[in-house]
Amino acid sequence: MAEASTAIASKPLGLLAELTHRCPLGCPYCSNPLALEARDVELDAATWARVFREAAALGVLQVHLSGGEPAARRDLVEITASARTAGLYTNLITSGVGLPAKVLAALADAGLDHVQISIQDSAPVSADHIAGYDGAFARKRALAAEVIGLKLPLTINAVIHRANIDRIGELVDLALEMGAARVEIAHAQYYGWALRNRAALMPTREQVMRAAALVEELRVRHHGRIVIDAVVPDYHARFPKPCVGGWGRRSLNVTPSGKVLPCHAAETIPGLVFWSVREHALAHIWEKSPAFNAFRGSAWMLEPCASCERRDIDFGGCRCQAFALTQDARATDPVCQLSPRHALVEELAMIQTEVPYSYRRM
Amino acid sequence: MTEPSTAISPDARPRLPRGVRLVHNEAQGGWVLLAPERVFQADAIAAEVVKRCTGEATFATIVDDLAKTYSAPRERILADVTAMLRTLADKKLLEL
Repeated sequence: MAEASTAIASKPLGLLAELTHRCPLGCPYCSNPLALEARDVELDAATWARVFREAAALGVLQVHLSGGEPAARRDLVEITASARTAGLYTNLITSGVGLPAKVLAALADAGLDHVQISIQDSAPVSADHIAGYDGAFARKRALAAEVIGLKLPLTINAVIHRANIDRIGELVDLALEMGAARVEIAHAQYYGWALRNRAALMPTREQVMRAAALVEELRVRHHGRIVIDAVVPDYHARFPKPCVGGWGRRSLNVTPSGKVLPCHAAETIPGLVFWSVREHALAHIWEKSPAFNAFRGSAWMLEPCASCERRDIDFGGCRCQAFALTQDARATDPVCQLSPRHALVEELAMIQTEVPYSYRRM
Repeated sequence: MTEPSTAISPDARPRLPRGVRLVHNEAQGGWVLLAPERVFQADAIAAEVVKRCTGEATFATIVDDLAKTYSAPRERILADVTAMLRTLADKKLLEL
């Protein structure tokens, strides 16, 4: 059985539902935008229910209930139940802080399919420092035990950066100990808050090389016990990632206020026009909105992408990263060694500065 | 690494773990196996195999049933289904 990819690309597979931008943690690599949306602009539960029905009709199979911290919403159980009623596979992406055991049990009853909990480090003091929240580590472990007690499948997500990259083995051990069947070793991607904190987060090349070899070794050692998925450190790569599986091909993102984005960072690209679920049906937005059509296909590409044999493999990389680093969203993602600006990425990957984190705050 | 051909006990009762569901989706054109953060397309035969993994039927019964349904040699079905279920189990998509 093949992992679904291009064959069914004309319909989105996944929807990232940012239910709120509120979060008790302050992780310096948060993927939320710097301009966070406030509580009073958040969609209500009835609108989310409609979005989920429209998403299912459009072909979406999985919804990722995320944030911020989704548990900051008092109507999370109602929202989750409506996603399940719409026929979607429901994945809760939580910090593990602010989600009482009682609510988790209600979510399980509502048909929640899967839980993902973030872990900042295997060392508790460091973990709480990275999260900017004393006691977060202990609360995450307690919630993980509740998840396992309810027989819900658990994924542990660990964002990797300079402060924890030397403890990947311990992080995987911790995930196993917590009962996870899957762990994401996700190197920080430099957007939003992570871009602001780049020099404080950037690992050294030696660390990245050791980490890559270790992940391969851990996969063999833990084969059949835990699935280890890796998000590669793209500043140290030779080719760019096929960001979100290609712009407007496989997934969409709905912000707390209802704006529909091709990816969570798309608002950083100036000039894109985003439509809202408050005014349009989701299928209409997917097909017709200017933002979704801006970088679909390959007609927008410049050289060296336009004639590149990897054009349909990585789609020129990430548009947001191209803009962030070159000020031209149509440029080749400079992570690519074929990009005329690739030297810039190599330079930036060399900058490690010991400065305090700029924590994510509303 | 486990060899995909490693035998499965005839008494095993394979089943999908919680968090893995086989669904039919018109918009996506057929059967799909939904798992944590992953989606797998299932062709008609794979879907027929997975549908039988209910935790009730034994592996031997499933193989017998498939051999009968498809009028195929039992040995071949046994080899194919063993390989397929091993692969799924290694990906944590099936419990044996």
